Amino acid sequence: MKLTTKLLASAALATGLAGGALADSHDPFQIGFIYVGPTGDFGWTYEHDQGRLAVEEAYGDAVETVFLENVAEGADAERAIQTMVLGGADMIFTTSFGYMEATNAVAGQFPDVYFEHATGYLREHSNVSTYSARFYEGRAVLGHIAGNMTESNIIGYIASFPIPEVIRGINSAFLHARAVNPDVEMRIVWVYSWFDPAEEGAAAQALIDAGADVIMQHTDSTAPQAAAQEAGIISFGQASDMAQFAPIPRVASIIDDWAPYYIERVGMAMEGTWEQADTWDGFSTGMVVIGEMSDAIPEDVRVSAQAMIDAIGGGEYHPFTGPINRQDGTAWLADGETADDGTLAGMDFYVEGITSDIPN
Amino acid sequence: MIRLEKRPTPSRAWALSTPIIAVILTMIAGGLMFAALGKDPFEVIRVIFWDPLFSERFAAFSRPQLLVKAGPLILIAIGLSLGFRAGIWNIGAEGQYIIGALCGAAFGLSFYPSESPLIFPGMVIAGLLGGTLWAMIPALLKIKANTNEILVSLLLVYVAEAILASAATSWLRNPDGQGFPGSRNLSRHAGTENPIPLEGLDVLGGFFDLAHVGIFAAMAAVIAAYVLFQKHLLGYQIKLAGQAPRAAKFSGVSPALMVVLCLGVSGALAGVAGLFEVSGPAGQITIDFNVGYGFTAIIVAFLGRLHPVGILFAGLLMALTYIGGELAQLLLQVPGPAIQAFQGMLLFFLLALDVLSNYRVRFGRGGAA
Repeated sequence: MKLTTKLLASAALATGLAGGALADSHDPFQIGFIYVGPTGDFGWTYEHDQGRLAVEEAYGDAVETVFLENVAEGADAERAIQTMVLGGADMIFTTSFGYMEATNAVAGQFPDVYFEHATGYLREHSNVSTYSARFYEGRAVLGHIAGNMTESNIIGYIASFPIPEVIRGINSAFLHARAVNPDVEMRIVWVYSWFDPAEEGAAAQALIDAGADVIMQHTDSTAPQAAAQEAGIISFGQASDMAQFAPIPRVASIIDDWAPYYIERVGMAMEGTWEQADTWDGFSTGMVVIGEMSDAIPEDVRVSAQAMIDAIGGGEYHPFTGPINRQDGTAWLADGETADDGTLAGMDFYVEGITSDIPN
Repeated sequence: MIRLEKRPTPSRAWALSTPIIAVILTMIAGGLMFAALGKDPFEVIRVIFWDPLFSERFAAFSRPQLLVKAGPLILIAIGLSLGFRAGIWNIGAEGQYIIGALCGAAFGLSFYPSESPLIFPGMVIAGLLGGTLWAMIPALLKIKANTNEILVSLLLVYVAEAILASAATSWLRNPDGQGFPGSRNLSRHAGTENPIPLEGLDVLGGFFDLAHVGIFAAMAAVIAAYVLFQKHLLGYQIKLAGQAPRAAKFSGVSPALMVVLCLGVSGALAGVAGLFEVSGPAGQITIDFNVGYGFTAIIVAFLGRLHPVGILFAGLLMALTYIGGELAQLLLQVPGPAIQAFQGMLLFFLLALDVLSNYRVRFGRGGAA
């Protein structure tokens, strides 16, 4: 308990040092970002950093942004977030699931600082919001393209960790590939990392050797793109556009665009209208975007994919619409029924037709 | 022409002064790098080395963090130094750290939601045992099958990481966690939390304000290792086994016993370091629970010259570069990778200068070889 008082005292001191060399910079609203990877990963962290730059662009001198990159999840995260508050941050975005406990712990110590945690579900204090994107909407479109384009009927999928978000993406991609191509099979390799170019490249190669002619990835490096390029097959950009691999192997991409959300939330915090929220947005707000579909995709497929994007974005179509059975054959969604967010958030089962098992 | 001439015995003066020279050279080379990045090198180095300890703004916060970060490094490095002195190379402390944490956490969580004060001591024992048993795999394979302990212990790190991932996603997963990976929080539950004895007492300059039991265990390990090497026959035998294995054998030191002892102690200390971390600062088992303490501790052990007191200072110095490095990123926008390069320079200069304690540098052509 005493620690909290002490931290607050240091923070007050930091703010009070208005004449000091460091505190000059405290006048603008300071926003901090905690990144799990390097800003140059061209994937997950890169897109969050683009969001940070968009905030700077939108508000100019009224804001100042700082960031810490390569922050390990767990104990180091808590210290990094606290350091950021002591450095004068008024609002902090923690951009990885593993920062959940640390974010909430520090939020309890500093009730006057706004916290936004990406992809988590814990909001223990009124100054913590969570936000995530409905990536499964984008995966549906990629699955649609993949199912249309595969000739070997084997789609390779590089998965990171067996958590609901990843399982949801696999299910969504598989359902929409099967919908256009009943012979499609999906081979899934788990690499147990979000960013490991060597492992991801090896996984891509293993899938290619197993006959896959389309590679999808839920990991952040461009190594699978390089492997796909060498093998002459197709792939999809992940988290970021990965346009350097277009028009082939990268025929389209699923992009996380955090900029609109970051600009909105920072604006609210500066005006004093910020409130705790649990945001889960997709195509409709532009948080998930499909990158340019290249000419390598047949025109009719591009048209039908665009129609799917519009239908999902407009709310006319939900990627999980029944009838859908679970992998074990039991009914999940009845004809015409759509999945509720609660089930989706905790999804821990494959849909019918996927042959492998979720690793334990 | 420059030649290196092997010294009959390593130079003591060089051995003691090279760490300091290495730090100075790191500051110079690092300063040049920071200058090349457009930062004021003096300011960056001040923020890394001085501000966490003495700045009005950050010291109160950073000082306790220093021991929290250094504790596991010191604890693991002390264990490793035994083996390294005896010529037994445990490179897999990271794996023993993971298994120790898993065993301790599993023990603690199996009694959930009990808050009995007996649970935490049981977790400590489970952590010690877990690390020891994991280290016994390379030890027994070395004794029975003459395998290389460097390779076996290192490869077992990857096995341990796979077990960690399975624990976080299935058998230790928080049942109330909505399907997300990660165990229950141990540090926020009475009974399984790692206590902080001096919290808020503000003694000793505030350095011990966040010191959990593991920090005190690390201090105790430093003292125990010091006594072992200075006063105890076993310490002498360990040194002998490293410097003159044949002589050690003739004087009755069993090589097999030495392997079991050195790997066992380093495994136990790494395992219990993992337990203290998971029940304290980290708080829970997650897929990415391990952050490289087991590998960084190897650097710390050598930076400290395999000497207990040296390791103590090396661990603190390493922790300082982490904490100060964060401040430099935050206040001066120094890129994170530049900080890592700076830490890498430290090891590079240390190893490069190591040559000087073992070899004499000669200029010009030497006589007949």
